Amino acid sequence: MQEIHSLMGGFAVALSWFNLMLMLAGITLGVVIGVLPGLGGANGVAILLPLTFSMAQQPGGQTSAIILLSCIYWGALFGGAITSILFNIPGEPWSVATTFDGFPLGQKGRAGAALTAAFTSSFVGALVAVLLITFLAPVVARFALRFGPPEFFSVYLLTFSAFVGMSKGSPFKTIAAMMMGFALAAVGIDTVTGQLRLTFGFTDLLKGFDFLIAVIGLFGIGEILLTIEEGLEFKGANAKLNMRVVIETWKELPKYWKTSLRSSAVGCMMGIVPGGATPASFMSYGLAKKMSRDGEKFGTGMVEGVVAPETAAHAAGTSALLPMITLGVPGSPTAAVLLGGLLIWGLQPGPLLFTEKADFVWGLIASMYLGNIVGLIVVLTCVPLFAAILRVPFAIIAPVILVICAIGAYTVHNSMFDVWLMVVFGIMGYVFKKLDYPLAPLVLALVLGDRAEDSFRQSMLLSQGDLTIFFANSLVGTITGLSLLLLFWPLISKGLAVIRGRNGRA
Amino acid sequence: MQQDKAVGSVRSWEVIVAVLFLAFGAVVVWDSRRLGASWGSDGPQAGYFPYYIGLFICISAAVNLYNGITKASAKPFVLWEQLRMILIVMIPCVIYVALIANPWYGLGIYVASALFIAFFMRYLGKYGWAKIAAVSVGTMAVFFVMFEIWFKVPLPKGPLEAAFGFA
Repeated sequence: MQEIHSLMGGFAVALSWFNLMLMLAGITLGVVIGVLPGLGGANGVAILLPLTFSMAQQPGGQTSAIILLSCIYWGALFGGAITSILFNIPGEPWSVATTFDGFPLGQKGRAGAALTAAFTSSFVGALVAVLLITFLAPVVARFALRFGPPEFFSVYLLTFSAFVGMSKGSPFKTIAAMMMGFALAAVGIDTVTGQLRLTFGFTDLLKGFDFLIAVIGLFGIGEILLTIEEGLEFKGANAKLNMRVVIETWKELPKYWKTSLRSSAVGCMMGIVPGGATPASFMSYGLAKKMSRDGEKFGTGMVEGVVAPETAAHAAGTSALLPMITLGVPGSPTAAVLLGGLLIWGLQPGPLLFTEKADFVWGLIASMYLGNIVGLIVVLTCVPLFAAILRVPFAIIAPVILVICAIGAYTVHNSMFDVWLMVVFGIMGYVFKKLDYPLAPLVLALVLGDRAEDSFRQSMLLSQGDLTIFFANSLVGTITGLSLLLLFWPLISKGLAVIRGRNGRA
Repeated sequence: MQQDKAVGSVRSWEVIVAVLFLAFGAVVVWDSRRLGASWGSDGPQAGYFPYYIGLFICISAAVNLYNGITKASAKPFVLWEQLRMILIVMIPCVIYVALIANPWYGLGIYVASALFIAFFMRYLGKYGWAKIAAVSVGTMAVFFVMFEIWFKVPLPKGPLEAAFGFA
């Protein structure tokens, strides 16, 4: 087993006191960043990236730098769950699905159980993904190497179809919100032709809309407005997390091994192909809802409904690094920022990294194991600290969150225009939420819009405009077929219900 | 009763939003047509993808409009009292963003934020001035250290920071 031997070498690199300290610092910072709505994993890592320049100059420093940044990433993944469950504010787009059941659980006074379930399943998801990275990296790399533009586009299609097929409300509202995301993503300079699209002469629109601004506005400001409307109380659940609750929840968790396994699989799949953690968490939640015996009760506060998205989000977030190290294709926005870091430090991501910089790669992989163990311990012990934040009266916490949102929006591109945009998105988020327009597909379309368009265009170039390219071989055909099935699922399920109804009467 | 007056029904807002979506979709389609939404000499033109996106927006907005007119409930969208609370937050928030940086006299994000927090604590929380000063100035001091010194992320600054030598 060549991999185990390499991994041991990696542990030798990662297990220095300096690197362990960086892990602890990174995780703690990451949790704080993940908890604060607006300061997310991607821009949290981006903000801290300049601090690693000098570190990476020292011998072995590149490994330390990637350990620090990736641990911020793990911390942010953990931290997103805290605000989702306690505040109903997803700290990160991928913890949106965690709010569906996590927040009701918190309202029922079971926030401790929800948090334990979230952290533990995050850990499990990450562990499965790291095992996958360790042993299947070469195999998966070979598989993904076969992916051309049509395959990529069909994967995007699958993700977005999943939203339509699994939305609770009107599928047309989902499509409208999603397409709006795509349209906003198209704003700015077209990367292929260099033409200006949808800018109408406004120079501020040249760089387009950043999804981080949209997330901060739609989720942060919009949620605050909804809270205010219902009275000046921040509905933060009480977060008592003692060992008894932790152990009781751990006893309950093995019941959901099927969900864990399925969610890990979904997460790893979605992480490897650039689908990312967010769709993975939604897909996994949707699947769990459809397949669980308690599926009907999802949304009212089921532990299983927390396990599914958290496992998948963390599995996807972790496995997103697999294509990043093996192919130089980031699987998530944060992975993209990390990729930028590698380039700045003078490393060339790609298959050669494994042979030329074995220390670096295996040090990183070993740090994934250690970082997630450290992360689990930190979050399980530090949650009471965040509970303290929740007891701060609304008249103080609301303006502070608004200020943090404003700072967060500003730091994305150092632009005041983005802060104004955030306010607009906030009002939009408020109205959309009241009318049941889903926000997540909008944000996701904004994130993936350019890449989806690129893969669509490249596919069209390959086939000279022939749409059958999305069924050209068994791989792409299967993914496209699945997408169409999901897309028309609302119609299909209605049809099935009608047929079943007739049989019932006969 | 002033408090119970509704500001529009859910139905009317469904219609308004659907019409806005329709207009947005139309703008996307129009701009894509302007750029060229067909097959150019070297492949798909710039408007090729957005054109269909715009079409999808229009189609789904039309369905939503129809559903809004026929199915949406006549329940109130938001009560006047609730809207008043939202405006109490939103108007200072807009003033706050305007205070950070404007062509006439930008206060910088730190001073503007401190004032914003102070306003909230006084107006909604009815705190004493000593507590207000401690929280608002303290919070912004922490943020200042965190961003300007620790993270080294420069945020918009005004005359006060300049007086201390931070440009």
